[in-house]
Amino acid sequence: MRGVLRIIAMAVALACAGLHVRAQDDTERGVERYRQMLKEDPWSNPGLLDADRGEALWKEKRGPKSASLEQCDLGKGAGKVEGAFAELPRYFKDADRVMDLEARLVWCIEKLQGFERADIVKRPYSKANQSGTELEALTTYVAHKSSGFKFAPQLEHAREREALAVGEALFFRRQGPMDFSCSTCHADSGRRIRLQGLPFLGKPDEARKVIGEWPAYRVSQGTVMTMQHRITDCFWQMRMPLIDYGSDVAVALTMYLVNQAKGGEITAPQIKR
Amino acid sequence: MRIFSLIAAVVAVLVLAATYLLLEPAEGDAAAWVDKAIKASWTRAGPEWQARLVQDETQKVCSQYRNAPPKAVADAIVAREKAAIQYPPGKFMGDWKKGEKLAQSGYGGRFTDYPPRAENGGNCYACHQLDKKELSFGTLGPSLLEYGKIRRYAEAEIKAAYERIYNSQAVIPCANMPRLGASKFLTIEQIKDVVAYVMSPESPVNK
Repeated sequence: MRGVLRIIAMAVALACAGLHVRAQDDTERGVERYRQMLKEDPWSNPGLLDADRGEALWKEKRGPKSASLEQCDLGKGAGKVEGAFAELPRYFKDADRVMDLEARLVWCIEKLQGFERADIVKRPYSKANQSGTELEALTTYVAHKSSGFKFAPQLEHAREREALAVGEALFFRRQGPMDFSCSTCHADSGRRIRLQGLPFLGKPDEARKVIGEWPAYRVSQGTVMTMQHRITDCFWQMRMPLIDYGSDVAVALTMYLVNQAKGGEITAPQIKR
Repeated sequence: MRIFSLIAAVVAVLVLAATYLLLEPAEGDAAAWVDKAIKASWTRAGPEWQARLVQDETQKVCSQYRNAPPKAVADAIVAREKAAIQYPPGKFMGDWKKGEKLAQSGYGGRFTDYPPRAENGGNCYACHQLDKKELSFGTLGPSLLEYGKIRRYAEAEIKAAYERIYNSQAVIPCANMPRLGASKFLTIEQIKDVVAYVMSPESPVNK
């Protein structure tokens, strides 16, 4: 009797393990099918709801100064949104800093609308099944306005080249109790953590395929995730402390990734598992 | 007269080239910039977290050489990391069932894991195949299917497995694998349990 029970238990365990893997495969296939449908009908992309909300926020007069963000200079002149994301991060003279889109949005909200910086960055990321935060919506809106553009990294200014050098060094920097660097997981093709596939970000063709997908709508979370959030989660997994929003480290890494993805098409907001 | 303008042109080009080269970052600058960026990017991390931003010597050289250190550096890493291994007073093998739980668990060390609600896990399955019935395994590290069986459960191999898990870099300089014992992420007892999971004939890894 025991023997039979053990065999049944083993069979059940095996079936469960198999189901788990199949479920993961099904999820991947499901996401792929979803992507295909979006190609045929781009307006059904749930990430576009965030882009729409972002556009409304961009144009609304808000904050102590009762101003919209329409005069925000994203690098191509005040108010020019189209194609701006494809040329970020870049050096901004007024801030004397290299900024990515998210750091720049914080700057504009603070300077144009008069909100307190600490309040703006207090809760930049939404949790699962919450609607996107204002920063996520604005980021998605601006990135979407570069959809179809190709990444054209800006390296004219010495500070931009500095950001790239820092980003590259950071990508290979081993740190924390686990000795992890970005390259621990992203320095080879076809590798995975458990069943999760990992892009080889040191390789331009793989970087070109994935970097332009962010900010992306995550089906499992029901919300958009920005590149800052993506990098924050990587550092969390690397057992590093919570990184500041729009920090120099995240901007430099973004510069490195965008430079790796140079010429790659922006498809944001894409769909992710 | 013509020769003067030629010389002037050559000098001008040289001066321009020199200025350009001086403006380009030297390697030393890049390291200083990285330190500056790191200091500016984790302003809210408390003192106990700040320590994680600072590299030890092994992390520093492995980053510098992108995990391919020249021989002298590699030898120095192995010597230093070997010296960091602490051995258990008795046997190298603990309980493979506990080891299995540790191999499955990725808990511990992340900023959402404090205060601790469970013991730190070894997270072996994130990167390795072990028990052939566990299909959710990563491929960043080699497959460890039948690890002990292949090694005929030899005493010397049990000790070697303990050393590899305690401090991967005592064996492979700049290995991707964490130095789980040397970093105190796992205790000596936990490492013995993981050793049993890969080396015990009773463990499903060897079935």
